[in-house]
Amino acid sequence: MKDKQFWIIGAAITVAFLIFWMLGHPGFNSERIVMFVAIVGMAGTLIYYIRIAKRGESFFLRTIPGLKAVEEAVGRSTEMGKPVLYVPGIMDMDQVETVAGVIVLGHVARMTARYETSLNVPVSRSIVMKAGRESVRESYTLEGRPDLFHEDIVHYLTDDQFAYAAGVNGIMNREKPAACLYMGKFYAESLILAETGNSIGAIQIAGTASQAQIPFFVTACDYTLIGEEFFAASAYLSQKPELLGGVKGQDMMKAGIITVIILSVILRLFHDLGWIGWDVLNFLTVQ
Amino acid sequence: MTFGTILGAWVAVFLTLAIFSYLYKDNPFYKVAEHVFVGISAGYWASMFFWTQIQPNLFGRLWPASGYNADSFWYKIYNGLHFLTSTVFPAGGIDKGHDMHLIYLIPFALGIMMLLSVSSKLSWFARWGIAYTVGMAAGLRAYGFLNSNVIGQIKGSAMQFVGGDIPFFALIGNSIFNNIVILVGTIAGLAYFYFSKEHKGAFGKLTKLGIYFLMISFGASFGFAVMGRISLLIGRFVDLIDYSKAQYNHATIWILVVMIILLGYNAMKDRDKNLPVSKDVA
Repeated sequence: MKDKQFWIIGAAITVAFLIFWMLGHPGFNSERIVMFVAIVGMAGTLIYYIRIAKRGESFFLRTIPGLKAVEEAVGRSTEMGKPVLYVPGIMDMDQVETVAGVIVLGHVARMTARYETSLNVPVSRSIVMKAGRESVRESYTLEGRPDLFHEDIVHYLTDDQFAYAAGVNGIMNREKPAACLYMGKFYAESLILAETGNSIGAIQIAGTASQAQIPFFVTACDYTLIGEEFFAASAYLSQKPELLGGVKGQDMMKAGIITVIILSVILRLFHDLGWIGWDVLNFLTVQ
Repeated sequence: MTFGTILGAWVAVFLTLAIFSYLYKDNPFYKVAEHVFVGISAGYWASMFFWTQIQPNLFGRLWPASGYNADSFWYKIYNGLHFLTSTVFPAGGIDKGHDMHLIYLIPFALGIMMLLSVSSKLSWFARWGIAYTVGMAAGLRAYGFLNSNVIGQIKGSAMQFVGGDIPFFALIGNSIFNNIVILVGTIAGLAYFYFSKEHKGAFGKLTKLGIYFLMISFGASFGFAVMGRISLLIGRFVDLIDYSKAQYNHATIWILVVMIILLGYNAMKDRDKNLPVSKDVA
């Protein structure tokens, strides 16, 4: 019982819900109870671990080589006197990967500001350009180098997928960046970008949750952050307790999901054997 | 065949070969194609967004033709805008089949706020638009992701292992063996993304199995995508072969020959430039 307040409030909400349920739960769609349980369970787990992280408890997080390589890549660019190219994907801010990409951009911008290395961020969406500029500006200010920031660090190319890829390829060929970072949501342009980066000898780190594009990045990049590793990147890079608590909370959710999968398999087996009448598949079907 | 069709074919061939010329190295043909592509597409998408989203879906809901009343204050503003540009704001309201929804004033205001970023003093307004986009998307997608990526995955993993109609082994389709592979792969893959425990011992073996499953799936996905790309390449070659016919005045052959000559000449000039200067000449 590390967080008494959390457990007391959690128990009070559970009792209130049980009373509401026994009173006939008016206005509650009982066919979606599985969603309700999942949302409450996951939100509760996240809140719990974020709270205990904020209270000072430290968590062990295993090393992710790709994240350690980000600082090395910026350092390499500094030594070579060449820019860092950062590509935050081709989708808008309504995609969770783009949001994660812009957050990681903030961390990379802090490194480039610290090392006085040139940063180039071509984007394909106007809102991403604005968000990226805000993020980079904040990073340069936090590092005490607002003088190094200029708005052209984050610049718009085009909304078109392959025109954007052609434009970024052109930038790579002419500026010859020493490090290329691809962090966001990608589609078919992923291999075009990563192949060009490879051909100019840049150290390449990719991070995406786009399942179909991960193979291309794995093939052509030095390091690839796969799915969840990419989303955990900002916690790893910032070492902020609330974000680290979030990663720990998500880990506990994954453990919970594995348990539920095994339980569901057993319950289905029992149902198929005719030992129980309750069908877990019906329960898991959200109406 | 019309002149326009033939000209279109020549432009298509030139741009295709200019992009392909990148395989040799970065060169002026590629640069031309790249800049034309980026510039035209940026303009094209700006125009597309305006005429397919902003004009019909935003203005069309704020000042629809169905609610047109010339005496109302709201439509007096519209008539003022109509006076400025009758193409965007045609007489009698915008007829795109919508009713009036003044709730669309909110996205309209957010759009104006984004435009205020041109002013250094008012650029902070743009953050409201970004905050709205991110917050709305997070809330909207949370339910969908939870349903499809979490509960759907759990349901999909609770597979059939007993029953008369399912074989023990089948190369393709439902079988007990395949279901076991999927179940073990799902659990091992999920375990790989567990960050707060070191991948050692029995857990390490499970996560190693997980990464093997991931790599096999990536390999299959890679092969599938490469097959798709090859079919796209074949499509371009089919077009290039078509355009090399007499009816297109042998566009592919002419442009290819001219490009090779110019690139060869350029390469020779570059080689001469890079030759070391002999002492006698110096």
